[in-house]
Amino acid sequence: MGFTVRDVRHVARLARLAVSEKEAERLVSDLNAVLTYAEQLNALTTDSVLPTFHGLGRAMPLREDAVHPSFSPERALSQAPQVKDAMFVVPRILEGDGEGGAEE
Amino acid sequence: MAAKAVGYDVIIGLEVHVELKTRTKLFCGCENRFGAPPNSLTCPVCLGLPGVLPVLNQEAVAKAARAGLALGCTVREISKFDRKQYFYPDLPKGYQISQYDQPLCEHGQLAIYDGRGNYVKTVRIRRIHLEEDAGKLNHLGQRLSDAAGSLVDLNRAGVPLIEIVSEPDLSSGEEARWYLNALRTVLSYLDISDLRMEEGSMRCDANVSLRPHGWAGSLGDLPRVEIKNLNSLRNVERAIDYEVERQATRLAQGLKIELETRGFDDVSGRTYSQRSKEEAHDYRYFPEPDLPPLRLEAAQIAAWAKALPPLPDRVREELKAAGLEAKDAEILVQDPSAVAYFRAAWEAYGKAVPVANWMLSDLARLLNAAKRGYGDAPVPPAELAALLTQIDRGVLSGRMAKEVLEAMFERGESAEAAIRRLGVSQISDEGRIRQEVEAVIGEHAKVVEDFRAGKEKALAFLVGQVMKRTRGQANPEVVNRLLRELLSEPVRPSGS
Repeated sequence: MGFTVRDVRHVARLARLAVSEKEAERLVSDLNAVLTYAEQLNALTTDSVLPTFHGLGRAMPLREDAVHPSFSPERALSQAPQVKDAMFVVPRILEGDGEGGAEE
Repeated sequence: MAAKAVGYDVIIGLEVHVELKTRTKLFCGCENRFGAPPNSLTCPVCLGLPGVLPVLNQEAVAKAARAGLALGCTVREISKFDRKQYFYPDLPKGYQISQYDQPLCEHGQLAIYDGRGNYVKTVRIRRIHLEEDAGKLNHLGQRLSDAAGSLVDLNRAGVPLIEIVSEPDLSSGEEARWYLNALRTVLSYLDISDLRMEEGSMRCDANVSLRPHGWAGSLGDLPRVEIKNLNSLRNVERAIDYEVERQATRLAQGLKIELETRGFDDVSGRTYSQRSKEEAHDYRYFPEPDLPPLRLEAAQIAAWAKALPPLPDRVREELKAAGLEAKDAEILVQDPSAVAYFRAAWEAYGKAVPVANWMLSDLARLLNAAKRGYGDAPVPPAELAALLTQIDRGVLSGRMAKEVLEAMFERGESAEAAIRRLGVSQISDEGRIRQEVEAVIGEHAKVVEDFRAGKEKALAFLVGQVMKRTRGQANPEVVNRLLRELLSEPVRPSGS
């Protein structure tokens, strides 16, 4: 697998991680090692095996639609760096700021 | 007017988000309620605090599956949840739990009708998946671009949504509006959502492309523009019409259409660029490790399908078969509470058309003025039926019945009580009316002579006189008939 510095930069950007030149180079070799390790799986014949999406073999447990007490607004906001009108204050949002962004 | 693009086919697909009306959120027990004080409906799960696990709300699954079944979809026995990752301040976890490649429902369809109730086409539905809503942002400033910052309310974070994705089968803004209207009608029969576009419980994104005639490639290769967050049926139509014209104009000038996301400005009626292709999404979906696959029993899916109420297509046919005009049937069909009211009144009264006529004229007018719906009409269906029966019996004229209906509406009275209180019952007793008619003939010898001489208009005067003597309560049909009868008798010599 050819994982390049460009790929590292792209993924780091998506994850909003600041990665230095030196770190990027080290990550390229680390990630390539991980991918090479995982590639061993390609040696197996899996035509008749259904994809595994989850480690647990069991099905999803469901919950009854019953209301549980919520936090008070004070409690919910207690860790917020800044609060106004019982809401979290976040810095100005820059639209079109790289990958990701406003979504529903 | 629908926008035209000469030399091109207009290709439109819609993505509609609908908030489900459950008691609690999708993955936690916080209440799902609109309009609560900011950040009063949150917990560690929907705040995205570390170390918590989501647990799926079974009622949200049932409601999503019922929506799928009502739209003719196949509900998968096994579906799965995935993480869609992006950063935005209304999304506390940094990802949204959604469904990517194995959605709950697939392959449905929806018939659409124009405003007069005429069938237009059937639109295919690609998929319906279940996902969680984001929080709500309030920008500190007039618009996002010059806001100093934003305020985040996470009450809505984690509210269950279904996203209904159509195939690109629509070809105008008008058709898109009809589709949304039909979709909203079907969903309203299921009572699974408030479906209020102005409150955001139903939201629409539109994908618009122009395909050159004779295009041999796949639709996926056409430059596609996505218009986000359209918040009314009217704006969906306006935004699409504007966008079709914008693209057609660019193409006519030899310019390219950029693959991009655009917003719609309600005031100017224009779409504007939000994000271009260079910022294309890379959501890095992967299976949600906190949730095993969702398995549903085939028997459960079958039971949901069986328990669906009669849906709009069937009700529309039923109403037309009962003799209603397509236009009238369409108005009733779009409101399930109107259909329920109609059925009850029809059953009590026996005839369909008069019920529909009274509902759509006088009762609708009173309901509109009082800002009420058929569901909480002060005149119950059985009382409308009782009122119509009094017309048939000749107790009330049509005009009197309107007056009685108003009184019933205002006071919540029964038809009988209102008739008694107002003293408006019609006189249909022939003996009684004959007396009055004879008296009038005796008093107006000149007019009688005119009529006998062929002056047809004179009759109206005589009818008026009889009505006056009976304070408007004589049955006009009987008055007319008796007048003609008595006036056609040979003139008796006076004094004999």
